Amino acid sequence: MAAPIAVHLEFGGGAELLFNGVKEHQVTLPGQSEPWDMKQLLVWIQQNLLKERPELFVQGQSVRPGILVLINDADWELMGELGYQLQDRDNVVFISTLHGG
Amino acid sequence: MSREVLLLKAQLKERDEEIAALKHKLAQLEKNHNSVQELYDRVTPLTPLTAKTALSNEDIMRYSRQLLVPQLAVQGQLNLSKTSVLVVGCGGLGCPLALYLAAAGIGRLGLLDYDEVELNNLHRQVLHGEENQGQAKALSAAQALKRLNSTVECIPYHLQLSPQNALQLIQQYDIVADCSDNVPTRYLVNDACVLSGKPLVSASALRLEGQLTVYNYHGGPCYRCLYPVPPPPETVTNCSDGGVLGVVPGIMGCVQALEVLKIASGQRTSCSQKLLMFDAQDAKFRSIKLRPKKADCAVCGEEPSVTQLVDYETFCGSAASDKCRRLNLLSRDQRITVQEYKSILDKAEPHLLLDVRPLVEVDICRLPFSLNIPLSCLEERKLEDVQLLKRRIDQLRQGRSGDFQPPVYVICKLGNDSQKAVQVMEKMSGSEVDAVTVKDICGGLMAWAKTIDSTFPQY
Repeated sequence: MAAPIAVHLEFGGGAELLFNGVKEHQVTLPGQSEPWDMKQLLVWIQQNLLKERPELFVQGQSVRPGILVLINDADWELMGELGYQLQDRDNVVFISTLHGG
Repeated sequence: MSREVLLLKAQLKERDEEIAALKHKLAQLEKNHNSVQELYDRVTPLTPLTAKTALSNEDIMRYSRQLLVPQLAVQGQLNLSKTSVLVVGCGGLGCPLALYLAAAGIGRLGLLDYDEVELNNLHRQVLHGEENQGQAKALSAAQALKRLNSTVECIPYHLQLSPQNALQLIQQYDIVADCSDNVPTRYLVNDACVLSGKPLVSASALRLEGQLTVYNYHGGPCYRCLYPVPPPPETVTNCSDGGVLGVVPGIMGCVQALEVLKIASGQRTSCSQKLLMFDAQDAKFRSIKLRPKKADCAVCGEEPSVTQLVDYETFCGSAASDKCRRLNLLSRDQRITVQEYKSILDKAEPHLLLDVRPLVEVDICRLPFSLNIPLSCLEERKLEDVQLLKRRIDQLRQGRSGDFQPPVYVICKLGNDSQKAVQVMEKMSGSEVDAVTVKDICGGLMAWAKTIDSTFPQY
């Protein structure tokens, strides 16, 4: 049984608008038998933070195209994407890409 | 010869010299003027930039304060003078970018924009002035830059970058700066840079945030490595919808100019395989390490599937401009024109005018008799808003027969959100609220301002 972990979530580039405009969320993921991974975190966010219009945030099991995910200030592709196992006090950022000029 | 004749001859000679000097000055001015006035509406071959071997005394005086910076120095300045930069978009990013590149003494600036200057551009597109309204942005920018530094060659292109002209254009420049405002153009510029082997310094801004990355530089990733699939069009917000504080693209355009100058002068950029994010609200810059170039990238990978430019509007499902899309969700009998609504008002027919814009827009302007419930609150069925709606519908029904369905006319800025709201209201009608007849006002408040009430503000 893995202990609960505290994770810092940030949303930016307009993605925060799906979360009542709140950019930073300090959350605690409950203890479970397996360690938390990013795939489970996305489901948890959908069930606990995202109130509506999930299609603007997720597509299939991953984030929708145009959202960049950063784990501890690095592109999540460098960290194993959906399979990355979250550690206590990780910082996860979801950034919507901007196109205006 | 009399003294008088000699005197006249001397005076005449003096006048001749004066005329010659004036003619020379006029010719110089006309030369500079004409070189700016020439606006390109298509891509033509350019003569190669000639490399300076040494700085002139005037160069030394003009650039002295940056020549003293060891990281630039004389060689860096000479490198700048032989570098050409294509600026894609002369708007909020392109203006400050081009301003600092011209000031720093870049050799040649291609200034591309298909659009004309409008009053609502001036808060952020700082090369253009009030007198330039209606003028091609590329030309307006070139004129402003010439005033700043007449030694920089400016080539204004009044055209839309397209799969047909992008390669021919980009091949003629050393560095490309993406200062565009829409998704299809960003993919087009990226692919054209990859296919022509040019570094791409790309920035974007919206509301109070900015982002910057250098693509396709010294083996680093390209735009498609990061974003292989374009975002769904409905998730993309442009500046005319979401708004932007002018200084935010100003800051991002300046950082973009900095990275262009570093590459042009012979230093390395710090922003390859990095995403520089700027949060103006918190005055915070953050630099993120990105993935390397992807072996399976569709355009810069090992076996690319994109080997020539494609149709980017189809690929992205959206138009290559930041103008608003016009939705068509309703049938003709679910909509009325602003003229029809005006006659309903004139006849004082009882109805409810429902304005579904966000509060920030209602603060700018509103029709005084409208009820404001933002579309998002309507979609959420916010309790207080549903109750308010119920009360207003009840008031309309008072003293009328039981089967009377009060008319509700829905309005927004341009007539897109109001159509969505009509669909929501139709679902609510007869269940969550008493039965009503719901219609959309085509073209919204901007159509009202254009055709009915010219004193109503446009934004």
